[in-house]
Amino acid sequence: MATGTDPRTTAPAPTEAPGGVHHASRAAIPARHLRIDRWWLAPAATAGGLLAFVVYSTWRAFANADYYAAPYVSPFYSPCVAKNCVPMKDGADWGVFGTWWSLSPALLVLIFPLGFRLTCYYYRKAYYRGFWASPPACAVAEPHRKYSGETRFPLILQNVHRYFFYFAVLVAGILTYDAVLGFRDADGAWGHMGLGTLVLLANVALIWAYTLSCHSCRHIVGGRLRNFSKHPVRYRMWGWVSVLNARHMLLAWASLVSVAVADFYVYLVASGAFDDPRFF
Amino acid sequence: MSYDAHFRVWRGDADGGDLVDYTVAVNEGEVVLDVIHRLQATEAADLAVRWNCKAGKCGSCSAEINGRPRLMCMTRMSSLDRDATVTVTPMRAFPVLRDLVTDVSFNYQKAREIPAFVPPQGVKPGEYRMRQEDVNRSQEFRKCIECFLCQDTCHVVRDHEENKPAFAGPRFLMRVAELDMHPLDAAAETGVDRKRSAQEEHGLGYCNITKCCTEVCPEHIKITDNALIPLKERAVDRKYDPLVWLGSKIRRRGA
Amino acid sequence: MSHTPRQSWDVVVVGAGGAGLRAAIEAREQGLRCAVICKSLFGKAHTVMAEGGIAASMGNVNQGDNWQVHFRDTMRGGKFLNQWRMAELHAQEAPDRVWELETWGALFDRTPDGRISQRNFGGHEYPRLAHVGDRTGLELIRTLQQKIVSLQQDDHRETGDHEARLKVFQECTVTRLLKDGDRVAGVFGYERESGRFFTIEAPAVVLATGGIGKSFKVTSNSWEYTGDGHALALLAGASLINMEFVQFHPTGMVWPPSVKGILVTESVRGDGGVLRNSDGKRFMFDYIPDVFREKYAESEEEGDRWYKDQENNRRPPELLPRDEVARAINAEVKAGRGSPHGGVFLDISSRLPAEEIRRKLPSMHHQFKELADVDITAEPMEVGPTCHYVMGGVDVDPDTAAAVGVPGLFAAGEVAGGMHGSNRLGGNSLSDLLVFGRRAGLHAAEYAAALGEGARPRVSEAAVEAAEAEALRPFGVEGGDPAVSAGRAENPYALHQELQQSMNDLVGIIRKAPEMEEALRRLSALRERSRRAGVEGHRQFNPGWHLALDLRNMLLVSECVARAALERTESRGGHTRDDHPGMDRRWRRVNLVCRLAEESTGSAMADPLLGLVRLTRRDMPPIRGDLLSLFEKEELVKYLTDEELTT
Repeated sequence: MATGTDPRTTAPAPTEAPGGVHHASRAAIPARHLRIDRWWLAPAATAGGLLAFVVYSTWRAFANADYYAAPYVSPFYSPCVAKNCVPMKDGADWGVFGTWWSLSPALLVLIFPLGFRLTCYYYRKAYYRGFWASPPACAVAEPHRKYSGETRFPLILQNVHRYFFYFAVLVAGILTYDAVLGFRDADGAWGHMGLGTLVLLANVALIWAYTLSCHSCRHIVGGRLRNFSKHPVRYRMWGWVSVLNARHMLLAWASLVSVAVADFYVYLVASGAFDDPRFF
Repeated sequence: MSYDAHFRVWRGDADGGDLVDYTVAVNEGEVVLDVIHRLQATEAADLAVRWNCKAGKCGSCSAEINGRPRLMCMTRMSSLDRDATVTVTPMRAFPVLRDLVTDVSFNYQKAREIPAFVPPQGVKPGEYRMRQEDVNRSQEFRKCIECFLCQDTCHVVRDHEENKPAFAGPRFLMRVAELDMHPLDAAAETGVDRKRSAQEEHGLGYCNITKCCTEVCPEHIKITDNALIPLKERAVDRKYDPLVWLGSKIRRRGA
Repeated sequence: MSHTPRQSWDVVVVGAGGAGLRAAIEAREQGLRCAVICKSLFGKAHTVMAEGGIAASMGNVNQGDNWQVHFRDTMRGGKFLNQWRMAELHAQEAPDRVWELETWGALFDRTPDGRISQRNFGGHEYPRLAHVGDRTGLELIRTLQQKIVSLQQDDHRETGDHEARLKVFQECTVTRLLKDGDRVAGVFGYERESGRFFTIEAPAVVLATGGIGKSFKVTSNSWEYTGDGHALALLAGASLINMEFVQFHPTGMVWPPSVKGILVTESVRGDGGVLRNSDGKRFMFDYIPDVFREKYAESEEEGDRWYKDQENNRRPPELLPRDEVARAINAEVKAGRGSPHGGVFLDISSRLPAEEIRRKLPSMHHQFKELADVDITAEPMEVGPTCHYVMGGVDVDPDTAAAVGVPGLFAAGEVAGGMHGSNRLGGNSLSDLLVFGRRAGLHAAEYAAALGEGARPRVSEAAVEAAEAEALRPFGVEGGDPAVSAGRAENPYALHQELQQSMNDLVGIIRKAPEMEEALRRLSALRERSRRAGVEGHRQFNPGWHLALDLRNMLLVSECVARAALERTESRGGHTRDDHPGMDRRWRRVNLVCRLAEESTGSAMADPLLGLVRLTRRDMPPIRGDLLSLFEKEELVKYLTDEELTT
């Protein structure tokens, strides 16, 4: 007799096609989903937003121009590790890569923030849903026949997220340095502040907030502990990071927009299209 | 205050079925389950539905309302559009038994695959000492009422029947996290590595953190952020992080 | 020859709530093979609805607490009608049962030094309730469920079969206990899913089916609470005691109508919530009965101070035992000082900061927000009494939980009678489940183990066939048995509604002799009509059929309640007579015992006041001297007769 805790012997074998909601054992409902709300709006908006950023950043990363307008440097080009950078006074302008690199120096460093965001637990959700429709929305059947998630190459590489986090902390540190340099004028004298200073400051604040709100950071700071009570300082830090972490999605978007805005601002100033208003 | 609502309810069993239309009275303050009960008492006495407490505490009346996994007792009619048809179907990730009742044995099977809590050696009953801050995390997961809506909505098994043997589902991965975060669980002393087994035996890698489980949870448990992702990070500690591996080797040698 | 499949187990537990699961764990740990049968899915039992906590005198928060104080509170709460030995065992063993849960993985809220935190509750002198927020019942059921899974994992390692020694038959209903002569021989029932019948042979059966609330219209109980165990025991020849005592929880939701009756936990009051009428007055100060006068605050100021300093102040009267509070609310509403939807106001919003309310009472906050669209951090709740618990139940031996008169039958939890006397204290239910669930499992196992293989009772073919015929009757109403099919088929849902309305109106919180006589007449008519309760469709998961079968149980149990309530001409605990408002010391030592009459349709049908249930009076055993000496003489004279005090 059946007990309910046993699998029913009458249920068809799980390998039978088709799988998913149209599997022979499931309620016979032809529709792939019965949602009547605008479930497609969120993935569509996500995909649109990400796509816009990809287009913009590709253009700017390959442009190799208009990324420095003393004292401001575009976050896309900092640190600059190739010899072919424009000179930045006291900036993060380290030609460790030598002269053989002839492409845009942005490409050398953008890998790290890109990797950080690509393996980020929020962005993963965003592009799995928005681009890969896996699933497009909750309880909306996905179009794929097979699914192995993050169990295999290449997606198993998502597990390296914490290493990108370490690099992201370095990058955020450098961008902080850049923002501080924004308090010098074009000649390197301290006591300057222009609209660009504020733009860089706002950007670096959001970058930090996003970086520290990372799930890997939350784990490293305290989440991996079993007994918080034995580590009061880490417990407190974990609490702060958890507060930020709850807003990880918001910070992901805010910092994505701010980094583009900061770059675009530098571009406008460097290309001469706009004059940086100076406050003092 | 009363009005007539248009309902479409899936009627049938494993051999087939269909959405059946009903027009039924709705009174102020009612939930979907009240309307289903009215159908039973009037025109569909044999309409099968599973329910118990009718207060969102037992997790029995799980179904899909307008395509979204919900508890029928916690879906107020006032939250739905009066003029639109309300479609109620059984959960679509599990085999259907009859009408709105599904065979949820998948979940009971998975529950048996998670090694139980291991009491610490040498600590007698009554001598357990745990700080509130150390039990908070696991307590959140123990709010789970086992409605299995997270299991139902998770595309890993909902859209891929063939993944069922390999994947425990959000509810039971959360159970692994709960035990791994339990301040006194002594599984490690018995050779059970919950972090590693989460990935190797319970299919944590299938989860692509698209958060539908968190979205449908009637207890508002942050399944993805607080259980699944931390568990993934713990699995990384074990399997993919040479720094952690090296650190633990050195510490073990030192000790 | 019946084709009903048969299985054989050592112990069968009917019901998978706290008591049933605890009994099953114990029987399995004694080395016996144990089957659990439950109407719902495994882990969904009504125990999950318990919110406040488990009463156990661990003394973690106040070291003054011990089992004697707990015993005293329990006896006071039950107005001394409790089976004193059960109250004693309960108070003594509760702490061990709670601590044991921790070794199975339970995570209670903690004190600052890491022990199990304990909270205040109505009728308990000290903070005593181990709890997890306001979802303690869920924690209890989940812990027991997971312990069972853990035992099954052990069995799997040993035998390769998870269910070798412990098996849960979920979504199955037992409709008959089967006997061999005097002794229990097994159970007969049906699977809800398929409608197929089954028979399980077992020399020992533990009833743990919970209560009877579904016989009342406004109730906090779920559909499962149809008095199955009570009725099964009666039908098997056991007796029920104290059936007149039904607890109405003072605070159930009153609006919207669809959630009327759903519980609002007592912790709201324990954590500072106060009751007000439509004039804004904290009316409970007007309702402190004499027996409790010295124990409760006289002014709002004193009551408020108590939340901070419990050593030097007396508790506010909102925390009186449940029967007192329920009656007070009832009286206020009747006097026209109720809230718009016929309750009173329970206010926590003006007493605690919103953040603290959300933290301490998360599921209440959630429940009101989602079900009534009320934000309890900003506005008061509307509450009124709701049928919550039956103190009465199977007459059992206090030490072994064995049903009196039926060898092999055991009962634990709400279905067992005596422990709580005339009124149960909040928090004493979960501890009761654990203490007596374990005892029932232990003694059932010992009883079964003591029987040799050859000495086991046998289930006769005739008994199975009779049970089958009874269960199939609703399908054959029209055109079947001519004695039954005369007349139109009745809708079981309509019959159920009429039953609930009658019990609520006529045998509810305040009772009068003529009303109860009317109730007995109506029950008689309903009983006759229920024989024609017919259903359509087939046997697979057919709720109409299930209800038609449950009606038998509800009608039997309701008759017990009404008959016993009519007989007891005093007011005590969960039994309030408008025509006999005082508590009478002479009634204190009397148990009313219900038994099934010879099952004859003729005379019982003809005379509604005779019915199917026979009532006898029985004296309770005198309370042991050392337990009596725990009370002050002045207190005892309120309850015990002079004669009892001198001997």
